[in-house]
Amino acid sequence: MNTLLDELKSAFANAAVAPGGGESVKPEASALRVLNVQIKGHQLDVTVTAGAVVAAAELADRFGFAMDTITGVDWIGSGEMEIVYDFFHTQHGSHLVVRTRVPRDNPAVPSIHRVFPGANWHERETHDFFGIKFIGHPNLTPLLLPEDADYHPLRKDFTNAA
Amino acid sequence: MQLEHTVESDNPTQSPRETFVLNVGPQHPSTHGVLRLKLVMDGEYILAVEPVIGYVHRMHEKMGENRTYVQFLPNPSRIDYLSAMHYMHAYVGVVERALGINVPPRAEYIRVITSELNRIASHLVWLGAFLLDLGAFTPLLYAFDDRERILDLLESVSGARLTYCYYRFGGLCNDVDAAFVEGARAFVKHMWPRLKMYHGLVTENIILRKRLEGIGVISAELCRKYGATGPVLRGSGVACDVRKLEPYSVYNEFEFDVPHFGDGDCMARYKVRMEEIAQSLRIIEQAIAKLPIGPIMAEKVPRVVKPPPGDYYFAVEAARGRFAIRLVSDGSEIPYRLKLRTPSFSNLALFGEAARGLLLQDALALLGSLDLVIPDVDR
Amino acid sequence: MTIAEPYRLVAYLIGILAFVGLNAAYLVWLERKVSARFQRRAGPTEVGPEGLLQPIADALKLLSKQVIVLPEADRLLFRLAPAFVMAPAMMCLAVIPFGANLGARDFNLGLLLVFAFGSINVLAILLGGWASRNKYSIIAAARVVSQNVAYEIPMLLVVTTLLLSVGTMNLREIVSQQSGGVWHWNIARLTTNPLMPILFLIFFVCMLAETNRAPFDMAEAESELVAGAFTEYAGMGFGVFFMAEYANIVVGSAVGTVLFLGGWDSPVHVLPGVFWFLLKLYGLVFAVMWVRWTFPRTQFYRLLNLSWKLLIPTSLGALVLTALILKLR
Repeated sequence: MNTLLDELKSAFANAAVAPGGGESVKPEASALRVLNVQIKGHQLDVTVTAGAVVAAAELADRFGFAMDTITGVDWIGSGEMEIVYDFFHTQHGSHLVVRTRVPRDNPAVPSIHRVFPGANWHERETHDFFGIKFIGHPNLTPLLLPEDADYHPLRKDFTNAA
Repeated sequence: MQLEHTVESDNPTQSPRETFVLNVGPQHPSTHGVLRLKLVMDGEYILAVEPVIGYVHRMHEKMGENRTYVQFLPNPSRIDYLSAMHYMHAYVGVVERALGINVPPRAEYIRVITSELNRIASHLVWLGAFLLDLGAFTPLLYAFDDRERILDLLESVSGARLTYCYYRFGGLCNDVDAAFVEGARAFVKHMWPRLKMYHGLVTENIILRKRLEGIGVISAELCRKYGATGPVLRGSGVACDVRKLEPYSVYNEFEFDVPHFGDGDCMARYKVRMEEIAQSLRIIEQAIAKLPIGPIMAEKVPRVVKPPPGDYYFAVEAARGRFAIRLVSDGSEIPYRLKLRTPSFSNLALFGEAARGLLLQDALALLGSLDLVIPDVDR
Repeated sequence: MTIAEPYRLVAYLIGILAFVGLNAAYLVWLERKVSARFQRRAGPTEVGPEGLLQPIADALKLLSKQVIVLPEADRLLFRLAPAFVMAPAMMCLAVIPFGANLGARDFNLGLLLVFAFGSINVLAILLGGWASRNKYSIIAAARVVSQNVAYEIPMLLVVTTLLLSVGTMNLREIVSQQSGGVWHWNIARLTTNPLMPILFLIFFVCMLAETNRAPFDMAEAESELVAGAFTEYAGMGFGVFFMAEYANIVVGSAVGTVLFLGGWDSPVHVLPGVFWFLLKLYGLVFAVMWVRWTFPRTQFYRLLNLSWKLLIPTSLGALVLTALILKLR
């Protein structure tokens, strides 16, 4: 279990040197730029740039991880939104967390649904709750909220009177 | 009851087949809860499925951001009311992990006993409802008869029959008495021959076997891509159980197997759940035998729960699969972000791909074998 | 006491109407009680002693409901369908002998008449499903037609095989031939035709399928198609379909009793023949209910496969074998 995480950690570190693949937000951020890698217990915590999430997901896929969940956290204090991708492994007890931060007023991140089809619904839900746009998503319509909802309830500046 | 009367068909001059859209739900006897399935059908074959969810969306995650940790305690039971103990376990578990509280052994053992009893009750409901979908009306009532015994036991100790609020941060709210332990022992003794009866009456039935074998095959790779867990994943041959891979509570002190069958069809998922009932009975037997004496509540549990700032994660093996909570705390007494990862959400997501090309009857058998609880999908 | 012929016939026909009506109402009660006992429940107990007045309460409720006819539905056919389902059951019972002297009409082609009228049942359900103009109903009606056509064939083949052995289509004579105790009943008459038990089994299965009873209840597969062909019927329209289902079960069981179980014959000459006839009849009806509450539903193509690939070859084989046996005798 720990060897898997070590391998994964070095894979992330190595991939950061060479440019990775995947769709990107800005042309200059096409590389898998890893900002932080940490092993905590059986969890590997990786922070990447927004454009690198697809490459990170591909790395997770290659190591046999399964899609756990995707969610957002609204850090209104620092004007950012954090998107957290969780992956679990079906053979080992390891856990991979990929985080990325985007500016709050125009949050956008490439969609990883081509790598993990299960991300389709998770991304729709995160869009519902936070208004984060997932670029390349085939159907970013409300999943849990009503079809005509144009509000995003989990944003910290959401008021119930909306 | 709403049925669509319009028949949409492709332009008949251009395509040789005429398809129509059939709406199953939101009120339908076969969808377990309020789920709408938009089926594009060609005769009896399904060309495409789009599940439409959100009818029971209560925004538990937003509620988590508006209540203190203690005020949110009753909520997890309502997410998946059939296996409420597991969901509560995850919630108190994540806060205990954040606060660094060690739960006394007696409380852990009782948590395991009640969780496993809850798992059996949930599987009994699945058994009855699934067979009702297939047209067998009687096993539902036999299963509910057995389930009544479990509900009586759990009611005596927690006060509720379905949506329990029994665990607290650091332990339990009530201790169990000798009557409960005796009752649990008697239940296990009663249930072993009942399992044999179910196998004889239902599992070996040729009509049921023909109805389930080879139907709705889901590959392990599909499960991995969608994050499907629980009996859906184990029915595709992957022995993945949170209790073994990421052991929590005292599960590593018990001897039990993780049933898995490689066929990936509805029959495999059926057999996995029946076997899981047997394994839960084993765990309960061992837990009752080794139940330690002692306090049921940890000593230094703060009155005002304020986990230190950070990210915490706790996963449990609920009856339907992997349930996990990701808690982001900013040091105040109200959670900053409480993310609930529910098994039925991921399990339903793969229905769209798995049901393509099936007959309507087989697709409904597949839906029943996924064991969905719609409030679990919608939260 | 002999009554003039037309009056006797009318009296018998009224009697049959009453019999069918009473059966339709009280077989529902029996089914609810039987299913409840299988499921460890009590069944209706509130209305009347042991719930015996429950069917009357249900009938009153259905009568008081508004009969909703959808504007898109085909008015004439929509209203006609329930009548078409009920009428053949009553017609068939006119030729079935309940006792040695109890039969509305002694008809030389009685057997043929029963099956001729039985086929109208399919038409009626198709009418009902089609006239509702509802996707679920149309799917269900199409399923019913395939199923009934597929299962009529083995039924008729089995009956033809039986005809070869008994030599007459007159139902009263068929019963008279079986008099003399259990070993003379057709089901046990292995000397006449060693395949008799198999014929009975095939007949029973086909009867289940013809009356749309589980495990062959595609037409009203509740958990899939809501109420199938009868989804759009409310109030008494639905009530009539429901009653007709039980009337058909009675007809099917009556024919089975007459053909295979010896009709009014009994080993012990204690009570009048009609009592034994009814006993055997309700025994078969109980077996039909028993099967319903025990087994799940098959898939539709398996149901048709069972008929086309198993029952028809078997009954054809039985027919040929019987013909051979008779020829060699």
